[in-house]
Amino acid sequence: MSDFFTATVLFSTLAAGIRLSTPFLFAGLGEMIGQKSGVLNLGVEGVMLLSAFFAYWTALSTGSLWLAVLVGMLVGLLMGVVYGLITVVFHAEQGISGIGIFLFGLGFSDLMFQENVGTPKFTSKLPSVDIPLLSDIPHVGVAFFQHSAMTYTAFVMVPLVMILLRRTTFGTNIRAVGENPESADSLGVSVARMRFSAIVIGNTLAGVAGTALVLELGIFQPNLTAGRGFIAIALVYFGAWRAPGVMAGALLYGLVEATVITWKALGIIPRSLSDISAMAPAVITIGALVILARRVKPPAALTQPFSRH
Amino acid sequence: MRNKNRSRRFKLLRFVAAVMALGLLASACGDDSDDGEATGTTAPATTAPATTAAAETPLKIALVAPSASDDLAFTQSMVDAINALSDPVDLSITDGTFVIEDAAAAIRGYAEAGNEIVVAHGTQFGASLAEIAPDFPEVTFLWGTSTDTQGLANVFAYSPDAAEGGYVNGVVAAAISASGSIGVVGPIEAGDAVTYITGFNNGALANGATDVSITYTGSFGDVALAAEAATALIINGADVLTGSAQMVVGAVGVASDEGVPWFGTQANQTSLDPSLVVASQVYHWEVILEEMIDQREAGVLGGEAFEINLANGGLEIEFNDGFDLSADARAAGDAAIAGIIDGSIDPNG
Repeated sequence: MSDFFTATVLFSTLAAGIRLSTPFLFAGLGEMIGQKSGVLNLGVEGVMLLSAFFAYWTALSTGSLWLAVLVGMLVGLLMGVVYGLITVVFHAEQGISGIGIFLFGLGFSDLMFQENVGTPKFTSKLPSVDIPLLSDIPHVGVAFFQHSAMTYTAFVMVPLVMILLRRTTFGTNIRAVGENPESADSLGVSVARMRFSAIVIGNTLAGVAGTALVLELGIFQPNLTAGRGFIAIALVYFGAWRAPGVMAGALLYGLVEATVITWKALGIIPRSLSDISAMAPAVITIGALVILARRVKPPAALTQPFSRH
Repeated sequence: MRNKNRSRRFKLLRFVAAVMALGLLASACGDDSDDGEATGTTAPATTAPATTAAAETPLKIALVAPSASDDLAFTQSMVDAINALSDPVDLSITDGTFVIEDAAAAIRGYAEAGNEIVVAHGTQFGASLAEIAPDFPEVTFLWGTSTDTQGLANVFAYSPDAAEGGYVNGVVAAAISASGSIGVVGPIEAGDAVTYITGFNNGALANGATDVSITYTGSFGDVALAAEAATALIINGADVLTGSAQMVVGAVGVASDEGVPWFGTQANQTSLDPSLVVASQVYHWEVILEEMIDQREAGVLGGEAFEINLANGGLEIEFNDGFDLSADARAAGDAAIAGIIDGSIDPNG
């Protein structure tokens, strides 16, 4: 146990936790924006997989990471348009259509990978962007200031999303259609347009989440996301539909994952408990959610389709 | 009102618990669950082209496997083996079946479609096979990795003695490790991952390693966790790494970034980093597949368990010429191979 409390191991674990939380944060913020407008998207995982594959394929084919990021975002945006058409225009049941998007993303990304890549190959990874001066601080620099641009961007997104939802008319309208679409509609707000926009933004962020994951690893495999999209949905509830709350959940999950892996590597967790301990991040997150349940107040019109009569 | 709010909260909690359970399920069940209890989310299936058929009628073989055909690991080892058979083969593949029910449907479908041999490539398919095989007494089913046929007359079981190659890799790893500290990234503690890692641990310690840190990530498919496990092992002092199952590509990526030598298993992983992969234990299932086919042609459709090992050529240590391995380390590896084959070394001991 004492090995864990050496500064090197502690701060490396912190760095790993922040890295692991990045996809959760992007996807969770995106899902939160969609849910604020009243639309639940269970297809986050599928969107992440599709974006991850196409970003990876782009990086592999062109060698350009920036183009890969752009493609990953565009795939997310495209899936947002598709999901918007399904749920907002055609009023399909959100839960089922979200699962459909997930299954499509899982299967199609696998198929495309096998058809176009096959044997796993590494591509360039996102380089570490060292923040001048701060990155040189012993230990702290490694933990907080030597991450990829995507990781910094994820955390910068938190105040941006807060401002978007709290300080802009657009954000106010999104919240209005998620709480009381009839009232919003009577005030001249286009519920369909607001929800469609929120879905597109949310899915684009899910696409960025998948892109961040794959470019951090430099390799794609079928089912690469390994359930992270679903965890991101849960973190929205954990975060009580607030951006800082989602960030706290993402960090908690990532840090617990990183701690468990480090403890396994150090032999602190005995091998007999190895598989059980893999559940720790989810168990702790659910536990925290139970404790914080009083804060949980979802958008009143969440999952409720809207049509003008 | 208060009760209404409480009811709403419970509904929310139930929903979140269900979503997280789905996420955990997906994360725990990657698609190389060769020996784990794989249940998962979906089963994208593809049909791959067959090997060439010459003048004689090709043997119709179907393969149902949990991960991708080109995974540089468990499934690819069987695809390569079938394609290496001496007789012409008409091969159909359904891969990526990490949902057992989907695999069972594919196994039954291939049997109904007239395939003479159906390979159920995953321990987790055993229960399905026990139901399906008796319905098709003319079809030979191959099931692995498993050391028994469940008493089924038309099932041949197969398994690798992965500890043997693990031991050899461990001996060589210890020979090239400057710190004496070696890291291992495993998936779920099951199947040939365990036997490989056990053998590796024994071989490394027998050749002077002071510490072999073994980390099971708890997932066959979580590449990101495998990468973080490798990072943690390196920070903890490991200067040589190995690992088993499909998710190890994440660990190989970290090893590659840090310049840490890597030892592979199941298939030759040199292509992942031609300068840092030292050696790979490669499964040559064709050695026992030929025997099974011969038995089928002689009228024996199953009922026997086969094993690949170093002695019968089913396991092979493929050294990477691109890695500058010292003569002493190579000699230690060769001596370990010879010792295992002649019985003077017990890799499980």
